[in-house]
Amino acid sequence: MLKLILRRLLQMLLIMAVASLLLFAIFDTPEFKKRLAVQELGGFAVSALTEESYNAWLAEKGLDVPFHTRYLNWVGDILQGDMGFSYEKNRPVGPLLLDRLANTGILAFFVFALMIPLSLVLGILAGMKEGSAQDRTISFLSVFTTSIPEIATAILLTVVLSLGLGWLPAKSAMINGFSFRELLLPVLTLVIYDFGYVARMTRASMAEVMTSQYIRTAVLKGLPYRRVVMKHALRNALIAPFTLIVLQLNWLLSGVVVVEVFFEYDGFGKLLLEAALFPDVEVVQACTLVAVAVAVLSQIISDIGYTFLNPRIRFA
Amino acid sequence: MTEQTPVLECRNLCISYYTRAGEIPAVVDFNLKLMPGEAHGIVGESGCGKSTVALAIMQYMGRNGAIVGGEILFEGRDMRTMSEEELRQIRGSKIAMVYQEPMASLNPAMTIGDQLAEVPIYHDGLSESEALARAEEMLAKVRLPDPRRILRSYPHQISGGQQQRVVIAMALLSNPRLLLLDEPTTALDVTVEAGIVELINEISAEFGTSMIYISHNLGLILETCHRLTVMYSGEAVEVGDIEDVFDEMRHPYTRGLFGSIPLPGADKNAHPLMAIPGQLPLPHERPPGCNFGPRCSFFKGGLCDARALPMHPVPGDDDHRVRCERFAEIDWDRDLPKGEAKPPIKAGPVVLSVRDMTKHYAIETGGLLAMGGATRTVKANEKLTFSAREAETVAIVGESGCGKSTFAKVLMGLEDATDGQVLLGDTELGDLPVQKRSKDTIANLQMVFQNPFDTLNPSHTIGAQIGRVIRKFGVARSEEEVNEIVYRLLDTVKLPRDFAKRKPRQLSGGQKQRVGIARAFAGNPSVVIADEPVSALDVSVQAAVTELLMDIQRENRTTMLFISHDLSVVRYLADRIVVMYLGRIMEQGTTEEVFSPPYHPYTEALLAAVPIADTRVKKRHIVLKGEIPSPSNPPKGCPFSTRCPYMIPGTCDVELPPNRTFGQDHRILCHLQPSELEGMEPVISPRAEAAE
Amino acid sequence: MAVTEIEAGPSALERLSHPRALIALGLLMWLPLMSYVMGGTALGPAADYILLPAIPATLLLYVLGVRAFRESRVAVIGLTLVFFWLLAAVAAPYLPLLDPNKPIAPFVTPLSEKRDVFFWLGTDFKGRDMLSRMIWGCQRVIVWGVSATFVAYVVGALFGLISGYLSGWWDEIISFVANVLLSFPVMVLFIVILNYLGPSGFNIVVAVTFASAPAIMRIVRGLTLDIKTRDYVFAAQTRGEHPLYIMIVELLPNVRGPIIVDACLRLGYTTVAITTLTFLGLGLQPPDPDWGLMIRESAKTAMLWKFSYMLLVPALAVSSLILGFNLMADGLREMSLRD
Repeated sequence: MLKLILRRLLQMLLIMAVASLLLFAIFDTPEFKKRLAVQELGGFAVSALTEESYNAWLAEKGLDVPFHTRYLNWVGDILQGDMGFSYEKNRPVGPLLLDRLANTGILAFFVFALMIPLSLVLGILAGMKEGSAQDRTISFLSVFTTSIPEIATAILLTVVLSLGLGWLPAKSAMINGFSFRELLLPVLTLVIYDFGYVARMTRASMAEVMTSQYIRTAVLKGLPYRRVVMKHALRNALIAPFTLIVLQLNWLLSGVVVVEVFFEYDGFGKLLLEAALFPDVEVVQACTLVAVAVAVLSQIISDIGYTFLNPRIRFA
Repeated sequence: MTEQTPVLECRNLCISYYTRAGEIPAVVDFNLKLMPGEAHGIVGESGCGKSTVALAIMQYMGRNGAIVGGEILFEGRDMRTMSEEELRQIRGSKIAMVYQEPMASLNPAMTIGDQLAEVPIYHDGLSESEALARAEEMLAKVRLPDPRRILRSYPHQISGGQQQRVVIAMALLSNPRLLLLDEPTTALDVTVEAGIVELINEISAEFGTSMIYISHNLGLILETCHRLTVMYSGEAVEVGDIEDVFDEMRHPYTRGLFGSIPLPGADKNAHPLMAIPGQLPLPHERPPGCNFGPRCSFFKGGLCDARALPMHPVPGDDDHRVRCERFAEIDWDRDLPKGEAKPPIKAGPVVLSVRDMTKHYAIETGGLLAMGGATRTVKANEKLTFSAREAETVAIVGESGCGKSTFAKVLMGLEDATDGQVLLGDTELGDLPVQKRSKDTIANLQMVFQNPFDTLNPSHTIGAQIGRVIRKFGVARSEEEVNEIVYRLLDTVKLPRDFAKRKPRQLSGGQKQRVGIARAFAGNPSVVIADEPVSALDVSVQAAVTELLMDIQRENRTTMLFISHDLSVVRYLADRIVVMYLGRIMEQGTTEEVFSPPYHPYTEALLAAVPIADTRVKKRHIVLKGEIPSPSNPPKGCPFSTRCPYMIPGTCDVELPPNRTFGQDHRILCHLQPSELEGMEPVISPRAEAAE
Repeated sequence: MAVTEIEAGPSALERLSHPRALIALGLLMWLPLMSYVMGGTALGPAADYILLPAIPATLLLYVLGVRAFRESRVAVIGLTLVFFWLLAAVAAPYLPLLDPNKPIAPFVTPLSEKRDVFFWLGTDFKGRDMLSRMIWGCQRVIVWGVSATFVAYVVGALFGLISGYLSGWWDEIISFVANVLLSFPVMVLFIVILNYLGPSGFNIVVAVTFASAPAIMRIVRGLTLDIKTRDYVFAAQTRGEHPLYIMIVELLPNVRGPIIVDACLRLGYTTVAITTLTFLGLGLQPPDPDWGLMIRESAKTAMLWKFSYMLLVPALAVSSLILGFNLMADGLREMSLRD
């Protein structure tokens, strides 16, 4: 068990190392650097970028050092907490990213707080009685909501709740400080898009468990139905959704980009996109690295959780 | 007798499943009367409805099944009129069930203690500690070692045999009136099965529980039951006392069933098996009248297919009934099925010889980032030595973990032997992987597989799959030639030629197995390895496939290595037998030598464990203790020492036994003195009173 | 249990249901559409009639599809939604529509008339006809979405087969690369790749391949690991077949079933991705109509109840197409479980 966890951790570290190397290498190819130089030296340089001015630019940026030294320096800096400087926002990346991550964290917290109970309860209700009207309604609802992409959900919610009924503000820029009302639309959008998937997986897991032979054994032992569901089925049926929910963190990091951009919410996703369009390389790299770290970490948690929840592995 | 209320009575029970195709009757007009303390067997092939009956008694039909007619009376009360709560109180306390797959029947995420304790907690209102105490007591009663440890274990931590004992303990916890056993030993090894059967018999003696024992194995029913119902295609076709049905069966299907199982005395040359022609009808394609009609040699149009048949009582016997219109007209003594006797085959020169073949696996714990996990060695095969002659059938017998599949893999070139020699003719095969073997060598050594559902690729037609082999081995090249050979092979395995265009899903299990045989023989092999080729088939189909395999072998003078766990089949068809246990050959010799003393103690126990469906033979009672050890951690000294009733402490568990030779080529790996081995009594003998 | 077929003479429709006929019809629909969208001006005058044969092919495929899926109502609804847009894509040039790129009158609300033209869905802020933009808008998302999914599948299935069947070092290396790619949140990976390559339809194909192939590889690998233990694979090995033969002839046809269901779902994801990326400014570029672009262009101007149709029309259009893919996947899965 412990060995398994250690092995996983080591694998994850290796993945982080390779991912960071890739990330660094991508933004270090000559074509990309030239594009950057052109942009920074001004529009007229498009045609007039000479070898000399390019080399001077490289030297000025400290890009003329060999690749591996720069990579190691970069990793070293990051490990010491220095993530570079944002040219667009004119701020060090570290604090900037921390700010935005905190905002996204608030968003994610409310999304999970709503999504987990909603999807688990619906999934279990549907899977408990496979094929019943209750199951079909819930299943259709969850296919339907996951079929509407976030951008469309965001539009529909804005149009109805904000433009039509005027209940909620259409944008979540939070110019006058933090406001729950402004947070509601992004949270709802993400929940509506995401709960269906988890609910469907929970349903599938529950339905499979309910048709298993050990549930038959439990029923034919003469246990009350409540006991069969609560004690025998749930424990086994929730193993799969648990790991899934942890992995949703990774999924959410994708989802927040659109939602934050659409609602103008100052979070991690909006930062990444703005940096990418600018392009503000050090911000993109830092954001991506943080995203990968979160994803890898959630993977570890989900793996360990799975091992812990499943006695077949725990006591193997 | 008649004063007592039956524990269970089914009257005209009809059960249907509802599918897209409409209502499919699973069981029709089923009657059963079970008296207190009685054990009733239900025997039949797959799809005959025997498990459906058990679940109907439990009133557990699933969403698409329903009881559409008749009554199920439990202690005189119709269960169909009971409320859900009344049913709950009966289930698990008055009626309990034991299932086919113990692993799947236990909750993987709960300890065994929790799962057992639930029964007395919910049925007898015991506290948790009282319930656990009772559970522990019951685990000791089903003879599980160290009950306290097992209470704390999860199901996957104990072996299959132990799991089944746990399920039985769970069923007995509240002392039920009726115990339903649905193929409780099918998933287990023979020697483990023998232990469970012994336990079941003791239970019925000690607790006086009435039992319904469902099985496809007539031998098991004989060992456990008083009365018997034979089912065919959703109907009971014959009911009666065990002796009546076994010795004076009055239904052609029952008789066909007995004719197609290899009983002692059957012999591949003098008394070949008689297969029942044709195959089981699908539930929605049952014929009018008698379901067995199309396969019955006594079928009479206008009589047998005129109407749904009732059960007729057989005069003279005690409540013996059959569903046959003509049972009175048939001369049951004269018309006993007899196969055509065939001349024995003379074996030729040695074709395959195995000398000290050894295969060890190293199991590594981990892949790319393994952190110094210790490697363990699994000794799958240890110093195997035997040979096989042309046209000879050599059976390799053993239970799970004995290394027979590893041996097949080495032979087929998918694994390298660690040590020793494997000679096919004069080609050394031991370290020659299949990619390096010549086309002829590969074609010379082919295999028939166990599982009919796996043996053919579901995506390609039968013709394409056989044709590929023909082309691959260079038997023929041109389109017409290949087709011609495919047709000829289909003829040989007695399948219609238009099957060449079919996909495997359109074939039954037996038909798929025939195609598998055709494929193996397509390259004219000199040696064929048959890995349990009939064990997954229904009894009535088994005989036909076995006979077919042997006919082709006889014709081509092929050497056959027949891997099996079933000693009755082996006795019937093998010329020589190799008995394996945990990777070693324990005993080898001719069939006659192996089946009579001197025995290896393991062979002796194996023979005693195999149920025989014949009232005229007597078997010695030997039940091995414990379970088969894991091949990755075999016992020191003799691998069988942990279970052997003759174990000599200090010798058997320390030192590897010597090979003792009797007669010409009968070898036994044992520490016992030759005189002790020779002094053993035969395991199977004719019953004195039955000889008349 | 497979239900045996009813013996009867094959009708014309049955003959067309043969896999080869279906593939031919599919190509007849797909190739013109693909060259129309990807070829652009290179097609020259041929562009005017190249899509004509695709229209009957699409209709015929739809009829065959409904016949094949008739057991599942859900699948038929999904199929109908998807084919509605496919038909719109191939028929767009021949429909009596206004030029989708021509400004006529800005801010005309739906179902009203301006300058003697009746606008069913109104016009956008530049005065372009919304109905025509909505119908034309499905072409690019369908063509690039399907192409990207297809390429991702070829790559993913190939590596999955190799990884699952050959095991050992092949598996270690392929699985590790897949794990690295999977550790990037999808949208982040898209942004990084498209930021590097620059926005275009072709680069979307590359990005989708990088993002989806690892997941596909894992599915195929899992299926392969299961199937390779079957006896028919063992039989092929024991007659000395080459691993490549085993992978392509013995394994690939048997992983097809589960993969088709997954492919439908993934077509949905890809459609979402393309629309979203386009909305973010990293995907398809103006001026040709596209749903993501329509949302992007109106996101600032349409923030009024009166003009919300500019956002609702593309949002509903893209949702219906994705719903179609998802319902098809659902129905297919349901049907495969029943047999």
